[in-house]
Amino acid sequence: MAEKVVLLDFWASMFGMRVRVALAEKGIKYEYREEDLKNKSDLLLQMNPIHKKIPVLIHNGKPICESLIIVQYIDEVWNDKSPLLPSDPYKRAQARFWADFVDKKVVDAWIKLRSTKGEEHEAAKKQFLEILKTLEEELGEKPYFGGETFGFVDVAFVTFYSWFYTFETFGEFSTEAEHPKIIAWAKRCMQKESVAKTLPDQQKVYEYVLGVTKRSLGE
Amino acid sequence: MAEEVVLLDFWASMFGMRVRIALAEKGIKYEYREEDLRNKSDLLLQMNPVHKKIPVLIHNGKPICESLIIVQYIDEVWNDKSPLLPSDPYKRAQARFWADFIDKKVYDTGRKLWTTKGEENETAKKELVEIFKTLEEELGEKPYFGGETFGFMDVAFVTFYSWFYAFETFGEFSMEAEHPKIIAWAKRCMQKESVAKTLPDRQKVYEFALDLRKRNLGE
Repeated sequence: MAEKVVLLDFWASMFGMRVRVALAEKGIKYEYREEDLKNKSDLLLQMNPIHKKIPVLIHNGKPICESLIIVQYIDEVWNDKSPLLPSDPYKRAQARFWADFVDKKVVDAWIKLRSTKGEEHEAAKKQFLEILKTLEEELGEKPYFGGETFGFVDVAFVTFYSWFYTFETFGEFSTEAEHPKIIAWAKRCMQKESVAKTLPDQQKVYEYVLGVTKRSLGE
Repeated sequence: MAEEVVLLDFWASMFGMRVRIALAEKGIKYEYREEDLRNKSDLLLQMNPVHKKIPVLIHNGKPICESLIIVQYIDEVWNDKSPLLPSDPYKRAQARFWADFIDKKVYDTGRKLWTTKGEENETAKKELVEIFKTLEEELGEKPYFGGETFGFMDVAFVTFYSWFYAFETFGEFSMEAEHPKIIAWAKRCMQKESVAKTLPDRQKVYEFALDLRKRNLGE
């Protein structure tokens, strides 16, 4: 049976990018559909009525939602190449834990960074840097979070690399200066075709965020 | 090799209860250690330095954190009986999606009932009604969320049953009147020994929640 794979996504979404990286790692052919987040398609609202968010993977007409759940699904169905999750249950639990950490912490910290001023902003910056520190410690001397090979946690976090210039400009810090190992790791991931072809240009992302911020502040 | 399983937990935590149910479903012997959340043990801080939260499962000295990650780990390691996740990847993705929905929606909105006042409190009540409606629709005519058998999503949600009385009293509504299918499902689950023996008395939970509200709102 011919597989039909459709991805409802938004170019700048670090969550959508995770799915694109996973699909590329597995060499899966799919139809990419760009969503206008201010004018969501009927298909998106039908396929994800609960959250109404991208990304949504539609596999042979059936939707899967939530980026990390989609990536695990892709890994389980197309299990013939490039395994993303480890085979050992304990290592698998650790991988899920760290992907969940990225989900719970990084986005929240970014929201605080972009929406605060003065003392609150300083606190948000500190918190953001703490999170990067924790991730750097978890990476340690490993080439990837997954160990010797690119894995689930790498997919979960590397997509944020396209947003680093944005985070750094809003937060007034340099990731390279504060947490060089993270930059080294990100650049290592960027040598993979699946990552390099997926992540948009950091400047483009920054301009997009600037545009959205101006609109939300009524400037 | 003798298995050593320790659970760091708190009696009223609906998250900790999920792990206790999973362990009971699998017939696993373990040591239960009650944590004082206002005076966390060195062991907890050592085993979960990132979040410092319960539940933490310690299996042969190695920690696993985050309740849904722990339940999946238990299901994968003790895979000889009572499977909690479906074997089909699509059904597995759906089970994960709904368990994630419980985490994102029920807990966060529910706790607003005792941490907010006035308009915010009213909004939380309305949101909670919508959430339970959505869950009732997802359950449909099935005996369990998992289908014919008690599964991952049932484990994720049934532990909130012990908090329903608190929700109802703070929210001034009746679950039985508004969402009878959910009550019928919960009572069906309570016929299982793993659930009945795990869930604490709802009056006790209510008194604990009252105390939480006093401390949060200073009443």
